Amino acid sequence: MMEGMKYIEIVQNPGKVAVSDIPLLDYASFMKQTEELLKKSSCHCLNYFMHRSGKQLIFYILIANDDSHKILVYSHSQPADLMSLESITRYCFPMHIFEREISENTGISFSGHPWLKPLRYPHDRSDKSTAISDYPFYKIESEETHEVGVGPIHAGIIEPGHFRFLCHGEKVLHLEIQLGYQHRGVEKLFLEKKSLLQQSVLSESIAGDTAIGHGLAFAQLAEILSDIIPDERLEIERTIALEMERMAVHIGDTAALCGDVAYQLGQSACEALRTIVINTTQDWCGNRVGKGLVRAGGTNYPLIRDIIDHIRERLSETNRRFLETTDLIFNNSGLLTRFENTGVVSQNRAHLVGAVGMAARTCGINRDIRNSHPFQAYRNMDYTPAKLEHGDVFARALIRKIEVELSFSVINSLFDKLAGLPEKRINKPDYLLEYKPCMMGVSLVEGWRGEICHVAITDIDGNIEHYKIKDPSMHNWMALALAVRNQEISDFPICNKSFDLSYCGNDL
Amino acid sequence: MLKEIRVLKSHGRQYIKNLRTQPVSGLFRGRPVISGEITTSEIDSVSSLCPVMAIDKKSGSIDLGRCVFCKECSFAIPEKIRFTNDYRIASNTRESLIIKPGSESPVRLNENMVRKEIKKLFRGALKLRQVSAGGDNSCELELNATGNVNFDFGRYGIEFVASPRHADGIVVTGPITENMAEALQICYDSIPEPKIIILAGTDAISGGIFSNSPALNRKFVEEHHIDLYVPGNPAHPLTYINGVMDMLGIQ
Repeated sequence: MMEGMKYIEIVQNPGKVAVSDIPLLDYASFMKQTEELLKKSSCHCLNYFMHRSGKQLIFYILIANDDSHKILVYSHSQPADLMSLESITRYCFPMHIFEREISENTGISFSGHPWLKPLRYPHDRSDKSTAISDYPFYKIESEETHEVGVGPIHAGIIEPGHFRFLCHGEKVLHLEIQLGYQHRGVEKLFLEKKSLLQQSVLSESIAGDTAIGHGLAFAQLAEILSDIIPDERLEIERTIALEMERMAVHIGDTAALCGDVAYQLGQSACEALRTIVINTTQDWCGNRVGKGLVRAGGTNYPLIRDIIDHIRERLSETNRRFLETTDLIFNNSGLLTRFENTGVVSQNRAHLVGAVGMAARTCGINRDIRNSHPFQAYRNMDYTPAKLEHGDVFARALIRKIEVELSFSVINSLFDKLAGLPEKRINKPDYLLEYKPCMMGVSLVEGWRGEICHVAITDIDGNIEHYKIKDPSMHNWMALALAVRNQEISDFPICNKSFDLSYCGNDL
Repeated sequence: MLKEIRVLKSHGRQYIKNLRTQPVSGLFRGRPVISGEITTSEIDSVSSLCPVMAIDKKSGSIDLGRCVFCKECSFAIPEKIRFTNDYRIASNTRESLIIKPGSESPVRLNENMVRKEIKKLFRGALKLRQVSAGGDNSCELELNATGNVNFDFGRYGIEFVASPRHADGIVVTGPITENMAEALQICYDSIPEPKIIILAGTDAISGGIFSNSPALNRKFVEEHHIDLYVPGNPAHPLTYINGVMDMLGIQ
């Protein structure tokens, strides 16, 4: 522990601590400690949320330390009638989003916060007189500027969100993103749905394009809260599933990026390749997005020899053709003109918004849970994440190509490892697990978008009394808004697609 | 140039020739078959196991409009409930989505219930506007896939358009959140008459796992006539495609 600091360390991922062991700091020390910790480039905030416990409001913060591979947890407590707190955002900007969330949910104001703009208009928000149709936005008063409003319904088959561009001619001065249209009350449903099967199904619907990522984050959490250690075989299978999800989406996004710049050959070829990967997932578990594949305590779809051979064959065919196709894509001068130096996010700005996942790794920030807080089969693997420096659309396209190859090689090495393990029947899922009482569990997964964080607090009966989800998109939407500043508005589609963020993951 | 040819050669022919009979993985979770011999105690156990109350406590029938296709009931009593890979499970009536014990018959549209003007006007071409109202982006991915190089539903002149004013109907995904209810209604109102409504995915049909969430507003579904229900979690592209073809009377 660093000198003078008060926190408890969670040494593994997933991990848990007894709620009573989490140090309680007075607010001044809490702020100071948070500021000190987040000054280090190796530390970033995983989550900061408020939990109502009787007459007290407890604010928990979880900080990831990438160097020590640990998670630091501490808290502060306030009376239930609290109206205002000093903002931490003033000292560490990435906290802005968490304070906005807390403020919207509870009505607590953070003095000195630049703008406590509502995050998602949840159904149980503190101020019901506000409505999403009337959200506040940044204005520029000028006869020469104009606004372009898009959404919540967009032109394609995508999720809803409102984008308001403040433009000077064709140039975007500022993009205001308002989300919340997808809010389904997921976190509260985790408390109401008592059966583990219900919670599993729910976790897969947090973001259906990351069914395996979020499903795994929940399964890990359920297991650690019940003191279950998954079988090595099972961990390997889950890791293969997670990397297959990454391959499928990255290839699909490459297709979409080609589509946005009217490069039809790249689009069609990659679309067909994505189909191969998701159909292979379906051959494994009966569902193209992998719903039902990851469960706590075991699996309904153990990998058997035939399916292993089938997956290996399909994926190597995919990888071969993807290399062939990307060789074309990334040598196409027309396409490069559109991608290079478009939508640049500087490393400094990426740090400021707390960017995670690909969005961070394309700005030279080494942030990858597989490496910093390894989980499942990554614990026994020396995974080196791909990292690029430019932070433009090109980098975000290229990193997908690199990560597809990396995923493919990880999957192959895992299959080899699996072949070396003794044949063994993996357990069926266990829906009767009992969570340990009065615990806080934390589970991190590096999904294809980036860091997924699930936190659960259990009560004295072992029921979940608080569930907190963070999709990587929550941080990265701000990175998109910054990326399009001073860009042509016509470049918005490729900027947006290069991030491919989740609406429902943010709105919950 | 040579590189392009190489990619094209690897790409080969991608489109599915017959969208009616395309085989899918044997594991695909489609239409369930429940044994007529299922006992009361078995019904009790699987209906309490079901995460979304899709299994009727009395009769043991499975409502595909509620089912999230997790297949757990089948894993619990495999000799009494099995999920076939029959993906043709879309229908125009809510009742026909209810699979009764002992029934092996396929789910089909009720021809008499299809509005006359639908076949007459839209059989040659059908343009649809998609609205995601709390959808988790899995049904949205699958609907996008219906137009890709594999499924190529556009071959029948059936595709998605950007503006509701160019559309003949609406395809709704997601359980319909309070925050999207107004936008969905405005979009629907902008479509010229006559117009159709398709609900794609279990979330849209019944709310799915979200059905009792206070964050939803399902007035739209309650107040309008639904022309096609497409079950699935997410709805498989072939379920959607075959449902729409049935509705339009395309062979």
